[in-house]
Amino acid sequence: MALLEVRDLVVRFETDDGVVNAVDGVSYSIDEGQALGIVGESGSGKSVSSLTVMGLTRARNTKISGQILFRGKDLAQASDEELRRIRGKEIAMIFQDPLSSLHPFYKVGDQLVEAVRTHNRSASRAQALDRAVEMLGLVGIPDPRRRVDSYPHEFSGGMRQRAMIAMALINDPALLIADEPTTALDVTVQAQILELLARLQREMNTAIVVITHDLGVVAEVTNEISVMYSGRIVERGPTDVIFSGPEHPYTWGLLQSIPRLDLPRGEDLVPISGRPPSLINRPSGCHFHPRCPYVRDAHRRTDPPLEPLPGDSRHAVRCLLASETRRALWQALQRGEKPKEAREDVGLKVDSPVEEAAG
Amino acid sequence: MARFIIRRLLWVVVLLLAVTLLTFIIFYLFPSADPAALRAGRQPSPALIEQIRHQLGLDRPWPVQYLDYLKGVVLHFDLGYSYQNSISVRTQIFDRLPATISLAVGAAVVWLFIGITVGIISAVRSGSILDRMTMGGALVAISAPVYWLGLVALYLFANDIGVVKIFPGAGSYVPLSQDPAKWFTSLLLPWFVLAAAFAAIYARLLRTTMIESMAEDYIRTARAKGLSERRVILRHALRSAITPIVTAAGLDVGVLFGGAILTESVFNVPGVGRLAFDSIQNSDLPMIQGTVLFAAFFIVTANLIVDVLYAFIDPRVRY
Repeated sequence: MALLEVRDLVVRFETDDGVVNAVDGVSYSIDEGQALGIVGESGSGKSVSSLTVMGLTRARNTKISGQILFRGKDLAQASDEELRRIRGKEIAMIFQDPLSSLHPFYKVGDQLVEAVRTHNRSASRAQALDRAVEMLGLVGIPDPRRRVDSYPHEFSGGMRQRAMIAMALINDPALLIADEPTTALDVTVQAQILELLARLQREMNTAIVVITHDLGVVAEVTNEISVMYSGRIVERGPTDVIFSGPEHPYTWGLLQSIPRLDLPRGEDLVPISGRPPSLINRPSGCHFHPRCPYVRDAHRRTDPPLEPLPGDSRHAVRCLLASETRRALWQALQRGEKPKEAREDVGLKVDSPVEEAAG
Repeated sequence: MARFIIRRLLWVVVLLLAVTLLTFIIFYLFPSADPAALRAGRQPSPALIEQIRHQLGLDRPWPVQYLDYLKGVVLHFDLGYSYQNSISVRTQIFDRLPATISLAVGAAVVWLFIGITVGIISAVRSGSILDRMTMGGALVAISAPVYWLGLVALYLFANDIGVVKIFPGAGSYVPLSQDPAKWFTSLLLPWFVLAAAFAAIYARLLRTTMIESMAEDYIRTARAKGLSERRVILRHALRSAITPIVTAAGLDVGVLFGGAILTESVFNVPGVGRLAFDSIQNSDLPMIQGTVLFAAFFIVTANLIVDVLYAFIDPRVRY
């Protein structure tokens, strides 16, 4: 049995402007000790789906359906109190901006102590503080016995995120959800934090869901990647497959917006044209069609399902192009061709091509 | 921190000097009744007025009078004697202070309790009918003048003229040292009347800051830790939202220590506010000076205390 299995999760927010379809039928699962990456732009529903697993999106104007099976128990049906007991104890979460995510008025140690004693009433303050010191040491904060008395503003950005990680893992949860854990950090610190997450995942055997807009972040850490677009998963597969043989044009776009050292230096990056779609008035047919360089008329009418590839059941794609066409296109792109050239190369006829974004 | 406080204390001295000088200048620059004539009684002879003027030292140039006054204050903490009844100003103010402080502190307890409770509930249930009703009520309370509210309260609840005779009415003030129970009941109406507008302002202020802090990332973290909603609200959201309330409360209580003229007048509470009001009507310069000086002292002290308190509330603030 999977540790966490999300089945057909739908999250809708009713707002004055209309219904926001933040998450639209997302399914994924993660086993004990595994690492899953959820990748997508802002507004793709990647954060909302994870916050919903924690029960943090529950509100009067939020409609949630589907199943969130954690160790077989459906969290979507659990009471607020049941969820509260699971949060921070069995499922923990860290966030993007560690400065604003820690309470500015309380000492770091006190915030960790609170995390311990919330779920373990019998722990004394001294015991909890010892545990806090131990955890701060484990995440690599020097002189933790002294630093527990520091306030968050006295920490550097990287130390704050380390403290957040220490707080999240202090109750030894089975699952850690890391929502853009490195986005607010310096590049050098990003690598350290990722390394730390990977190490802790191994040592504590914690399953990790890493949410990010940056494929580079998940490359080293995760076993499996789900790419989200417009509230849905558009491609999923083992990490190495997603990097070596991606089959969704959106995934190609994400990969091609990462600078590459193996291509000539003069090569321009290829950004994805257009902007993420509105989640209130979503595009017809394939939701990616307004931005897809390979769109055909039928794609504007038919909404493709997420289908496993014939040869590899772990790899699934939500795309109307034939699998052979997709592979040929990706190979052309790999050679450094522009989407237009790749199209011609493969002999793909498009009816009214999407304008490519300028440089 | 110590350096900060010392620097601020020096400023307090400078400020109080400026306040006394300003009061003196205003008194002499603007037309007011002749204190000597007021004191001389009915149809006095010009000679008598002149004699009184000389006794009070009013025939000297005002800078000399001012320096003389200052000398008394600085060297002996002597605030002079009332032109009206020749009693020491200091004695009279100290006699009146307990009533004013009772009124201010009691009212502060009432308005903080109501304001904070209503503010939290309105913020947590923002947009609900309860929130709209309390915020509407708060608007009424802010708009209602104290003297009107005071009279309505007396008309409704005073045990002499009230429709429902449950609370002691105007002029029933008894010092705490004399009879604590009567002190308490006699101040109940004044406390609530004085607190009404403050409670409303504080409730609205706290509602705003609470709604802001509830949207902060660290509230999401607190929830992600599995804290109970009660703890999220009271220990995490309120902790940062309360800061402006502490500031406001410090300053408001400081101002009220200088006298709550309207409330004291409506309920006939013998406080410093009434003393100041009467002394202005009587052109009683030493008494005006004394009450103004005390009021200014309380205000600047409250300011200083609030600033020092700030460093304790918010660890990011360092002086």
